[in-house]
Amino acid sequence: MNTILITIISLCAIGVASAVILYFVAQKFKVEEDPRIDIVEGLLPGANCGGCGFPGCRGLAEAAVKSETMEGVFCPVGGSEVMNKVAVALGREITAQAPKIAVVRCNGSCENRPRTSMYDGAHSCAIEHSLYIGDTACPFGCLGCGDCVEVCQFDALHINPSTGLPEVDESKCVACGACVKACPRNIIELRNKGPKDRRVFVSCVNKDKGAIARKACTAACIGCMKCAKECPFEAITVENNLAYIDYNKCRLCRKCVAVCPIGAIHEVNFPERKVTPEAPQASEE
Amino acid sequence: MLKTFRIGGVHPPENKLSSSEKIQILPVPEQVIIPLGQHIGAPATPIVQKGDYVKAGQLIATATGFVSANIHSSVSGTIVAIDNFTDAAGLSKPAITIKVEGDEWEKNITRSEKTDHNITLSKEKIIEAISAAGIVGMGGATFPTQVKLSPPPGNKAEILIINGVECEPYLTADHRIMLEKAEEIIVGVQILMKAIDVKQAVIGIENNKRDAIEKLQSLATKTLGVEVCPLKVRYPQGGEKQLIKAITGRSVPSGALPIAVGAVVQNVGTALAVYEAVMQNKPLVERVVTITGKSVKHPGNYLCRIGTPISKLIEAAGGLPEDTTKIIGGGPMMGRAMVNPESPILKGTSGILIINDKEGARKQSRNCIRCSKCVSACPMGLEPYLLMTLATHNMLEDMEKEKVMDCIECGSCSFTCPADRPLLDYIRLGKARTGAMIRNRKK
Repeated sequence: MNTILITIISLCAIGVASAVILYFVAQKFKVEEDPRIDIVEGLLPGANCGGCGFPGCRGLAEAAVKSETMEGVFCPVGGSEVMNKVAVALGREITAQAPKIAVVRCNGSCENRPRTSMYDGAHSCAIEHSLYIGDTACPFGCLGCGDCVEVCQFDALHINPSTGLPEVDESKCVACGACVKACPRNIIELRNKGPKDRRVFVSCVNKDKGAIARKACTAACIGCMKCAKECPFEAITVENNLAYIDYNKCRLCRKCVAVCPIGAIHEVNFPERKVTPEAPQASEE
Repeated sequence: MLKTFRIGGVHPPENKLSSSEKIQILPVPEQVIIPLGQHIGAPATPIVQKGDYVKAGQLIATATGFVSANIHSSVSGTIVAIDNFTDAAGLSKPAITIKVEGDEWEKNITRSEKTDHNITLSKEKIIEAISAAGIVGMGGATFPTQVKLSPPPGNKAEILIINGVECEPYLTADHRIMLEKAEEIIVGVQILMKAIDVKQAVIGIENNKRDAIEKLQSLATKTLGVEVCPLKVRYPQGGEKQLIKAITGRSVPSGALPIAVGAVVQNVGTALAVYEAVMQNKPLVERVVTITGKSVKHPGNYLCRIGTPISKLIEAAGGLPEDTTKIIGGGPMMGRAMVNPESPILKGTSGILIINDKEGARKQSRNCIRCSKCVSACPMGLEPYLLMTLATHNMLEDMEKEKVMDCIECGSCSFTCPADRPLLDYIRLGKARTGAMIRNRKK
């Protein structure tokens, strides 16, 4: 009995002594951390995708707390909603940033762009791109091996087997930009999601002269300038035989879509057109 | 006991179908396309205009910078375009297109068959002549020769090694020139010895070319300082570092050039081109190309003008066989499949290989079984399976630590893999990215 008592008492004594030592050590070597970092981290989605450019959500939280203006600190996954909450928690104001989405700018489906060779090397766009023009005659277009699909952590990109091109699932894409970095041909771009998810974009990145581009792919932009002349908002520029629509200037009037002789300009999520083209739609900003 | 290198190496089937075919002269085509970038380094700058008349051997583009090479017209005729052309990989590259009219050569070029043995030029003049002639490494790497002959200060060449290994299966161009142009090659070797100021030269030839060894040996015994070293057949013995190891026993340190161990390596084709440049004043405008393949009617070796469309060469060999699945520029181990047979023959085109449907297709890649065959096959002592995994995950810093930059891209790992994994494809991608990372860091 005595032995048990001594054991219990001595163990308790060691425990108390250790606790006291630990308390003082913890006080002495305390790491001062802004408690707001934890709060902000709690607000973030926690996907740790790195889409914001910081190492994970904690990285963004630290940057948000440190930064005075919140400039350059934006979570593409959570969007403005989450950033507003973060701003409120930190007592700051942020400028609203339009939500974005990944857009695949190539329409070289098997129909539009005939295959000219057969690639049987390693199944990777980066490798195919480094070796040769690819299995079609377009040196700019999608190679279809799915490097973008592989890097997408949100299951938002899939290769459509009938076209051989990747398609973005709008409900899942968070615009983290991983696919943009993975694409060796810079086909994918982050563009404004647009009001009511409506977007107009040039679905081509071919910089060859019109005749060469058309020979390779019937859906290729030939740089005819028609869209640029038609655009009332000067949103369209044609450089190196390729039209580009500035999504910040575009007011979604869709005049360019109507004049494009190739059909290279795509409109997404618009209601079906009536037989007579409607008047330019006012954008809701 | 024949010499060879120590670590790694494989034995692909030799398939030297055209080794007994004499070199024939390919007729001059109606039009040639001469690309401005046929060498490692900056593309040359054109000095002619559209509409100009040029003679064969005339300088049409000058070297841009130190690591670059002059380009000469290979035919006489009118320049019809200085524009982009579609290269073998289907990509647009700058080139000069010449419409052929007759066959008029520059006057100061000697075109006699008689071998001139009398080297009169000084060391500096030789390098100047080589540089002017636009000579590049003819083995396929196309590194400008004058750069290799001007070692950086503080380094002294001790031995000249001539690469007559031709370890790539199928190719026989070097084999044929060693048989038919042996005397010229020996003089070329003497010129190179003088240029880098060495007393010893060794010609390394693999033992599957007995006739070439005997031929060169009989000439070398009469020449001071030149000897022939027969080597055991093993791929990739033609790799610079492997050849130095095999002949001298010295190992080139990681990241260093062969000059670090006192060696300068040149191909036999380069030696021949050097002979022609120095003794005959003839720039590099033609080369011997092997056209071969199991389904090809008449595999052979042709002396082609630079810029001749590859399709002309295929025609000369009896046309494209029906069961063709791939046309490869170079040999089966290191060559590249091409999509445009109208692309021209370049200074570095050693062979055109036509693959039929039985050999063509790549097998489905399966999981790595950790057999480590690739590790024992790698002639640089790397771990290909690990490098491939690192490359797929884009772990460039780890790749650098694993010495990916030492990879010579010989393809022994992919060749030996029992699971048919595309090891080299991924390693090459990772090597390119790692190289870019290292260059950016220096900036």
